[in-house]
Amino acid sequence: MAQSVPAIPTDPDHLVEDIATDAEERVSVATQWQLMWWRFKQHRLGVFSGVVIVIFYLVVVFADLLAYVDPAQSEALRSLIAPQPIHWFDNGQFRPHVYALAGKRDPLTFKRVYEPDPERKIPITLFARGFEYKLLGMVPTDVHLIGLAGAPPEEGLYLLGTDLQGRDMWSRLMLGTRTSLTIGLLGVAISLFLGVLLGGLSGLYGGWVDTLIQRIIEITRSIPTIPLWMGLAAAVPNSWNVTQIYFSITIIISLIGWTELGRVVRGRFLSLREEDFVLAAELAGASQWRIIFRHMVPSFLSHIIAATTLALPAMIISETALSFLGLGLRPPAVSWGVLLQDAQNVQSLAISPWLLAAAIPVIIIILAFNFLGDGLRDAADPYGV
Amino acid sequence: MTSNPNSVHSNNSVNSVENAPLLEVRGLKMHFPIRRGFLQRTVGHVRAVDDVNFFIQPGETLALVGESGCGKTTTARCILRALDPTAGEVLFRTDDGRAVNLAAIPRKQLRPWRQHMQMIFQDPYASLNPRMTLADIVGEPLLVNGMRDRQARNDRVAELLRLVGLRPEYMQRYPHAFSGGQRQRIGVARALALNPSLVVADEAVSALDVSVQAQILNLLMELQERLGLTYLFVAHDLSVVKHISDRIAVMYVGKIVELAPTRRVFSVPKHPYTEALLSAVPIPNPRVHSQRILLEGDVADPSKPPPGCYFHPRCRYAVERCRIEPPPLVEVESGHYAACHRATELTLRGVMGRETGQN
Amino acid sequence: MEPILTVDNLKTYFFQSEGTVKAVDGASFEVYPGQTLGLVGESGCGKSITARSILRLVDKPGRIVDGSIQYYPANGGQALELTELPSDGATMREIRGKDIALIFQEPMTSFSAHYSVGNQIMEAIRIHDRGLSQQAARARAVDLLRKTGVPMAEQRLDMYSFQLSGGLRQRVMIAMALACTPRILIADEPTTALDVTTQAQILALLKDLQRSFGMAIILITHDMGVIAEMADEVAVMYLGRVVERGPVDQIFHAPRHPYTRALLRSIPSIDGEPRTKLPTIRGSIPHPYSRPQGCPFHPRCLERIAGVCDQHEPALARMADGQAVACFLHHREEIRQN
Ligand SMILES: Nc1ncnc2c1ncn2[C@@H]1O[C@H](COP(=O)(O)OP(=O)(O)OP(=O)(O)O)[C@@H](O)[C@H]1O
Ligand SMILES: Nc1ncnc2c1ncn2[C@@H]1O[C@H](COP(=O)(O)OP(=O)(O)OP(=O)(O)O)[C@@H](O)[C@H]1O
Ligand code: SF4
Ligand SMILES: [Mg+2]
Ligand SMILES: [Mg+2]
Repeated sequence: MAQSVPAIPTDPDHLVEDIATDAEERVSVATQWQLMWWRFKQHRLGVFSGVVIVIFYLVVVFADLLAYVDPAQSEALRSLIAPQPIHWFDNGQFRPHVYALAGKRDPLTFKRVYEPDPERKIPITLFARGFEYKLLGMVPTDVHLIGLAGAPPEEGLYLLGTDLQGRDMWSRLMLGTRTSLTIGLLGVAISLFLGVLLGGLSGLYGGWVDTLIQRIIEITRSIPTIPLWMGLAAAVPNSWNVTQIYFSITIIISLIGWTELGRVVRGRFLSLREEDFVLAAELAGASQWRIIFRHMVPSFLSHIIAATTLALPAMIISETALSFLGLGLRPPAVSWGVLLQDAQNVQSLAISPWLLAAAIPVIIIILAFNFLGDGLRDAADPYGV
Repeated sequence: MTSNPNSVHSNNSVNSVENAPLLEVRGLKMHFPIRRGFLQRTVGHVRAVDDVNFFIQPGETLALVGESGCGKTTTARCILRALDPTAGEVLFRTDDGRAVNLAAIPRKQLRPWRQHMQMIFQDPYASLNPRMTLADIVGEPLLVNGMRDRQARNDRVAELLRLVGLRPEYMQRYPHAFSGGQRQRIGVARALALNPSLVVADEAVSALDVSVQAQILNLLMELQERLGLTYLFVAHDLSVVKHISDRIAVMYVGKIVELAPTRRVFSVPKHPYTEALLSAVPIPNPRVHSQRILLEGDVADPSKPPPGCYFHPRCRYAVERCRIEPPPLVEVESGHYAACHRATELTLRGVMGRETGQN
Repeated sequence: MEPILTVDNLKTYFFQSEGTVKAVDGASFEVYPGQTLGLVGESGCGKSITARSILRLVDKPGRIVDGSIQYYPANGGQALELTELPSDGATMREIRGKDIALIFQEPMTSFSAHYSVGNQIMEAIRIHDRGLSQQAARARAVDLLRKTGVPMAEQRLDMYSFQLSGGLRQRVMIAMALACTPRILIADEPTTALDVTTQAQILALLKDLQRSFGMAIILITHDMGVIAEMADEVAVMYLGRVVERGPVDQIFHAPRHPYTRALLRSIPSIDGEPRTKLPTIRGSIPHPYSRPQGCPFHPRCLERIAGVCDQHEPALARMADGQAVACFLHHREEIRQN
């Protein structure tokens, strides 16, 4: 088929002058992802947010390593302890330690108060032993990143204080982070699957398939979210265990979240179908499959990644809101929403503001995802002007 | 006088395969439905292409000119079966002399025919996938038509790039590294990958800068000579068309109104619309001041064309008959077709040998 | 004749993180009342940015970095240095529309889809003539549409831009620009998006209006045919710089700059012989980030003087006959690099 064709001798009219520098050469052969990375790098806030997010997900992976007591372990005697300051130096020497706490009853209010005893310094050590868990879900161990060296069991480390039941907030926050962030990720994964599948079908086939899916999207979006969640969440049986609830909540969240992604995907398919380079592939004899997977999908993959990043905060907020309202995850599960539930009581909040600790990571991660998403969105189409 | 430019040729083609056209379009129609309302009911049709007839000889360039929206692109896409025409035949002559009606072949079975006709696009930016290297872009037609061996494919791509005046070393680059003119060369290389006999160029130089336009026009002409290509050259710029085409078909609202050899169209146009079109082209010479024929009003709406001759509301020669009876495309002189009731009686003004009045 | 606007060595740069785009890098020309200056050049050579610089409408990260734009107001008053006026100050806003009006390249995007075209014309009228009543403004708008040859002007006033054909839209655009009878009309590719027959109508209209209003026109285009037809004076731009300037007849019949000469040769002419090879300019326009050193045209120039053209930048120098050219083949005046 490929019979040889005579080459035209290069004449100066034809050969385009080549004054490419090394830098230009590097750009000439750069793939879409390299171009995107170069552009994304310029978005300082986006890059910084990316680093923050990586740190958060490291917490997700190493949550038990970072926790130092079993987050479920409650101790009525140690309820509502304020965060404990760390003293870094001991007699001019670097030796981080905390003061042991002595519990007393306030003679007037009969409340338990805790007073640090500067005489009893308990050193903090790295890689202390504590409760048992499986590192990365595989390696059984009892080593934790930090802990107290040789302290009696009732003397604990309370970096962020304790809650009403005397559970350590720091350790709970670490495990709560794991739950909240994986729910977001899983929810987005399900949304993405639904969005790409249905949006793709809608955009590719058009006709009644498109009309039907568009109507479903419109209806889903027109229902106010909170009542819908409440209805769905109320339908989750009380008898279900933590894992079952975890998955059902994830699915509830993503059932609503997919519509936005579905729209993005459909829009992209519709506009790509009209692109000249898609027609060129068709005229060359390329199959439908090739056109979709070689031409169309790579063209919007980066947009989808950006859209997904921007969808994640909504997922995380959804979980937090649901659990905060008592409709999502319930104790003994730990998540940011569950943690914040304890902070619902204004009175207890006034006395023990550290119960609100979980709000800080929520704010940070939401902002970080939004900034990252912005950066990605700007970089997503490196070929536009 | 024959009523249709094809009939002359269909008579000949019975006797000699030599003179048979490479492509023959008969009664081509493309009506896009206009849908309205909740139920998307069809309330009318845009007659984008409305009974178009022409043929192209092997090795020839036929230009399709006309104003925006007159149906040039639609005609081209129907021929390439990027669209499924509403009616009509697209007869393509194969190497063994048979004529196949491409309009009647189901979409799924078109693949073997596609490689004989390829397209060059208008927009050098939109027509190349920015996420693929030149090797992949130019090599794609080869790959999907069975050339699996990467080395063989790259050799062929190198050959094609050289053919269009690009360095083969550019193969691993992405389109964003190239200027508009260079990208258009890449588009030409891709179109030639499968050794097509017919190349449809839809406004292939319209988006280019003047200085680059000339380069691409020259390249296309050179390639035609070397490879014996046949072009259907769609354009709206008459001065560009003049440089490349052997014959010109002028379209107005979905119909061909005049079809003749290039020189004749420019010297002795037979349709009042052609005359107006020619007179409207600005001449890059401040000493020449042509007498403009300023057309009144707008181009007719292809969903509600006027009765009779579609051009009559703007035609300064229109008579009563023009308002009632649609004029057929007839052979006014040998090889010169026009769709105008008054084609034989009028003497219209061309641009060649025009008076060069000093001002 | 006294000029109404003089642009001298105008430089407008865009400062981007990838590099500085010297969109306009030394544009000089004069505009005379009642005359048409044609600004011609290929895509990206800085024609539109020059126009926007005159009206002080350059968007960030763009900035006028050098040069002067002198405007001579109607009453013979003091010349205004437009580059020194604050871009959204009262004086500049007064000048825009009332003294200098702009017709944009894209007729579709320059209208709002939410207001009828009549509304938009009336608004343009009342910005500069606040005392005018609604009825009077409407009457003026209808009158303007009539003047610009819009049939059924009354009805068209209440239509939206997307309901109009390209030609009508351009006429309405012109009507809007004429709302305050400006002294200078800058038309940025007013016909590029139109068909030749519509283009002929619009060009004829512009000539008519110029005759009756006596305004100066800066006509921006890349079409040498349009220039030949319309312009009295021509400035040819290449890579942000005016490389040649002169009366239209001289530019077409005695071009001096190798770029002008090559450009004129390479345009396919409707007068030419069918199926002939066109002379071309070799190579392509460099990327705005990688402007060549020396004369911007030297890599593509067949007549370049080795050791001169690739080292030094020729200044735009006036010749004895009034034509000005930036080319070392004609003089040895160069721009000092700073
Ligand atoms: N998919 C479509 N659906 C409905 N109408 C269409 C479609 N494609 C084209 N048309 C209409 O058909 C007519 C002819 O369009 P076409 O694109 O063929 O014109 P053209 O001659 O190529 O114009 P241009 O010079 O602007 O490219 C136009 O009126 C257009 O609006
Ligand atoms: N906002 C911007 N940011 C950066 N560069 C810009 C911007 N606007 C224009 N430019 C650059 O300035 C240069 C001149 O642009 P300009 O629009 O004036 O060209 P032009 O001569 O009008 O071209 P055309 O014929 O395509 O309209 C171009 O290289 C363009 O890339
Ligand atoms: S200065 Fe030299 S390089 Fe530049 S245009 Fe003139 S001759 Fe050519
Ligand atoms: Mg078209
Ligand atoms: Mg411009």
